[in-house]
Amino acid sequence: MSASTEVIADTNPSPGGAWSLWGRQIAAILRLEVRKNFLGKRAILIYLLAATPILLMAALSAEIHWQQSRHDNIGEINIVFANLYEGLILRTIIFFGCAWIFMNLFRGEIVDRSLHYYFLSPVRREVLVVGKYVSGLIASVVLFTISTAGSLVFLYVGLGSSGGNYFFDGAGKRQALGYLGITVLACIGYGAAFMVIGLFFRNPIIPALLIYGWEWINFLLPPVLKKISIIHYLHSLAPVPVPEGPFAMVAEPTPAYLSIPGLLVMTAVVLALASFQIRRMEIKYGGE
Amino acid sequence: MTDKPDDHMIVFEDVSKFYGEILGVNRVTLAIEPGITSLVGPNGSGKTTLMNLMTGLIRPTRGRVSVLGLRPDHPEVFFSKVGYCSQFDSFPSALTGFQFISSFLRVHGRPKKEAQELAWKALHRVDLLEAAHRKIAAYSKGMRQRVRFAQAIAHEPAVMILDEPLNGLDPMARAETIRLFRQLADEGLHLIISSHILHEVNDMSDTVILLNNGYVVAEGAIQGVRDEMEEHPMQILIRCDRPGLLAARVFEQDSVVEAKIHKDKHGLFVKTRDADAFYLLLNTIVVEDGLNVESIAPADDDLNAVYQYLIGGGDAG
Repeated sequence: MSASTEVIADTNPSPGGAWSLWGRQIAAILRLEVRKNFLGKRAILIYLLAATPILLMAALSAEIHWQQSRHDNIGEINIVFANLYEGLILRTIIFFGCAWIFMNLFRGEIVDRSLHYYFLSPVRREVLVVGKYVSGLIASVVLFTISTAGSLVFLYVGLGSSGGNYFFDGAGKRQALGYLGITVLACIGYGAAFMVIGLFFRNPIIPALLIYGWEWINFLLPPVLKKISIIHYLHSLAPVPVPEGPFAMVAEPTPAYLSIPGLLVMTAVVLALASFQIRRMEIKYGGE
Repeated sequence: MTDKPDDHMIVFEDVSKFYGEILGVNRVTLAIEPGITSLVGPNGSGKTTLMNLMTGLIRPTRGRVSVLGLRPDHPEVFFSKVGYCSQFDSFPSALTGFQFISSFLRVHGRPKKEAQELAWKALHRVDLLEAAHRKIAAYSKGMRQRVRFAQAIAHEPAVMILDEPLNGLDPMARAETIRLFRQLADEGLHLIISSHILHEVNDMSDTVILLNNGYVVAEGAIQGVRDEMEEHPMQILIRCDRPGLLAARVFEQDSVVEAKIHKDKHGLFVKTRDADAFYLLLNTIVVEDGLNVESIAPADDDLNAVYQYLIGGGDAG
C-alpha cells in the first residue's frame, strides 16, 4: 500500500486569487534567490567565469590595436570572434556557468541543509521550481550578456574607427544582438537542463560532463542525433557561421523560427519534469 | 467542509517508514489531540521521523498521515496551519534574523507590511528583538534555536511541531520557552515536541508518546501511562534512618516484590503492587519500631521511570 492522497479542493484559493498568490510567492522567492545567486559564496566562481572572455578580449583588443596593419580585415576578425564565442563563451563559459548556477539552485540548498524552509512554506512546489528557475535565469542572463557584450566592446574598440563604423553603420549591431540573443537562449536552455539534473542526481557533475561531451561531438553526429542537443539550435542561430571542420556531418541548419520555439518548448518540458520530480522529493539531508 | 473528528487531530493510520532496509517507524497508529504532546525516546527511536512524516518532508512507505484533516501533499493549505521547527541548524546565507523571518513570510504570500509586523511579533515572543538586525551567522546556538522557533510560529499556525526545541537554550530561556509553549497550548494550539530530556517533558506535557526502535511503546497522559502498566509494581523511595530494618519488615506483605537500599544507606526503594497497603504497613512500622522517616516519595511516578521501564533500560532508582 502506498501513502494515499486526498484533494482538498474546498480550501484552495480561487483561480484568480491563486495566480495573484503565486505571483507574490515567486517574487518573494526571487528576492531571496537572486541575492544568493549574486552575493552568495558560490557566486565567486561565476564572476571569474564571466570575466574570463572580457579579459581575453581585452588582451586580444590590445594585440589588434598594436598590430592594426595585420588585422584590419573585419571579416577575418569576425570569424575569429565567432570561433571564440562558440568555442569559449558559449560551449564553455556559459555552459559551466549555467551548470554551476542552476544545479546549485536545489542541490546547493540540500548541501547547505536549508531547502526545508521552502518545503515547509505554504507554496506549491511547482511555484518554487518556477521561482528558482527565474532567479537562476536572471543571474545567468545578467552575467553572461555582460560578458558577451563586454567581449564585443573590446573587439570593436580594438579595431579603432573601422570597428566603430562597422558597429554603427555596418552589420556589427545586428551581429552583437545575435550573440546576445544566443546567450539568452543558451541560459534558458542549459539552465532548465541543469536544474533538472540537480534535482535528479546526487552528484550532478558527471551528467554535466556527459552533456558537455555530447555537445562537443555534436558536429560529428548524424543529423537526427544532432537535434537532440542544445548547441545544434544555438549554432544554427550564429550571426557569423562557424565552420565545423572537415570531419563534420553536414546537416541543414534549423531556421530561427523553428529553433527558438523548439528551445523554449524543450525548456518548458524540462521544467515540467523538474516539477514532477520536486513533488516526489523528500528531505533526507543525512542521506545526501 | 463537514467537520469530521480528524479535523481537530493529528492522525497516523498504520504508518510505517523504511529508509531502504532500515526501519524509521513501524505500524504507528496515533490520534493526537490539542495540547502539548511530547515524543520521547532515545536517539534513533523515530521521533524526528514521525515529525518529518507529519510535515511531508518524508513520505510514509505505508499508511497515511493527516494533520487537522489536511495532508502535506497540498502545502499551500497545509503549511498555513502548520509550523515546523526542525533540528537542522542551518539557514539561508547572509540573512539577519528579521530578514530570515520576514522573507519567508513573503514566500507564504503575505504582503510586505504584514510580513514585517508578524516577524517583529515572532521575534518579540522569543526575545530576539535586540539581535533582529544581526546576521544569523553571528548568533549563538541558543539564538539560532530561538530564531528557528520564531520563524516556525511567525505565521501563527494551529499546529506547531518542534524537534528538540530546548536544545542549546540556557536555563532562563528554557523556562521562558516552556512558559511560551504552555501559553500557546492554552490558546488551543497543538504542540508536538520531541525531547530526550525527560524532566523537561514532565514539566510541560499533557500527553506523552514513548518511542523505541521505531515503535510506539506507550501513549497517554504521564500518569495514565503509568497506570496502564498494572503488572508493573510501583516503586517508592522511603528516606529513613534505618533502611535495613525497614527492608526486613516490608516483606511481611505479599504485594511487596522488591526492596533495595539506596546507595547512600539513608533510604530504601520498595517495589509494591499495592501502594495503599504498603503505606498502612509503613505507619505500623514507624509506630512499632520507632523508625525515623524523613520523606516518602514515589520513585518512578515520573516519565523517566516509565521510560526506563518500557524500553528495558533498568530500574529507575
